[in-house]
Amino acid sequence: MAILEMERAGRVFGSGEARVVALDNVSLRVEPGEFVAIMGPSGSGKSTLLQLAGGLDRPTSGRILLGGRDLAGLSTADLTLTLRRQIGFVFQSLNLLPTLTAAENVALPLELDGVRPRAAMSNARGLLESVGLRAVADRFPGRLSGGERQRVAIARAVVGGRALLLADEPTGALDTISGESVIGLLRQRCATGCAVVLVTHDMRHAAWADRVVFLRDGRVTDEAAPPGGPECLLRPGRAS
Amino acid sequence: MSVRHSLLVLLDAGPMHGYGLKTEFEAATGDVWPLNVGQVYTTLARLERDGLVSTDTDADGQKVYAITEAGRGEVRRWFETPVAREVVPRQELAIKLVFAMRSASADVADVVQRQRVATMRSLQEVTRLKADAEADGDLAWLLMLDALVFQAEAEARWLDLCEARLAREHAAPLRRADAGTPGRIVERRS
Repeated sequence: MAILEMERAGRVFGSGEARVVALDNVSLRVEPGEFVAIMGPSGSGKSTLLQLAGGLDRPTSGRILLGGRDLAGLSTADLTLTLRRQIGFVFQSLNLLPTLTAAENVALPLELDGVRPRAAMSNARGLLESVGLRAVADRFPGRLSGGERQRVAIARAVVGGRALLLADEPTGALDTISGESVIGLLRQRCATGCAVVLVTHDMRHAAWADRVVFLRDGRVTDEAAPPGGPECLLRPGRAS
Repeated sequence: MSVRHSLLVLLDAGPMHGYGLKTEFEAATGDVWPLNVGQVYTTLARLERDGLVSTDTDADGQKVYAITEAGRGEVRRWFETPVAREVVPRQELAIKLVFAMRSASADVADVVQRQRVATMRSLQEVTRLKADAEADGDLAWLLMLDALVFQAEAEARWLDLCEARLAREHAAPLRRADAGTPGRIVERRS
């Protein structure tokens, strides 16, 4: 079953002269373990799409299904719980609480879910280790590099086996190598079965996805998946 | 890619046989730039002709190559001189877009978007290869793939700019130049 299904989702802001169609009839299906990138110019509806997918906003038309359940049919309490257990968010900045260490930040969602603090911390440390961040587990966010902060944020977003990670320009201000390490980590999480939807204007980062969806004026215009077949291999002089 | 200079750099570390040079070259560059033995010996003959290497014969009667002082100077110059950009990237694409703007049968925005999707696909492919190269620790190949990635990205950004210019053109339309002004395809209406 798809983890995320957007069925002809639309989002209109305002009315009359001030009516703005932010998202128009967008359908998107994301399977477990799939990495989907959303690209488009500013104002094309990328962030609106992500907000609808994450239940932070409601569509004015169409449906959003998470793990087969229509988000519109959930009570506020159920919605909050479903979102917290199923979805992790990573934004461009301000992801971590500055007064908690990296490990405490990662443990926080587990504690909110009722996991005992000691177990939550041990789980968080294990996860940080698995993403190569063991050495910084006890540092406060202010003592981490930008790339490390974003990788901790990704660890926090997926802790507790969340099935869908929604990332909005998570590599925004990072240098090339740090940005790539963040995207590499998203890719790595997909291998564990977590689905990732990445909104970016950076083509180099979108290229790590299984599918790239192009948005324009609130509509999906194209999709790009890597070409198949050996004829596409650019490796010159490589014996096959 | 300069085989000539690469061989000089290898010889700068000490005299070698032709076949050893081929092996060392390939070890340094992964198998991104495979060299055939013939190419190595032709290049060495030219280097010798130009006084950049000298030859000797070893106990087994095999030819051994050594770098000369002039050869060392050539190596220094090579490292001191930036590589010239030889090719205007995607010239064909620039021309296609200019003509698409003139043509009644082409939708320029479509041409741009189709190209963007194609660029994205090749970028995806190179990115896959990059992930493999990182796993293999193949540095020379990785550097070349990085270059391909940035070239594709540059093209995509250029396409974004083309699109922005076209959007502006809708607000202030361009017209075709008079037939009598060759070299200028469009000019802004005053």
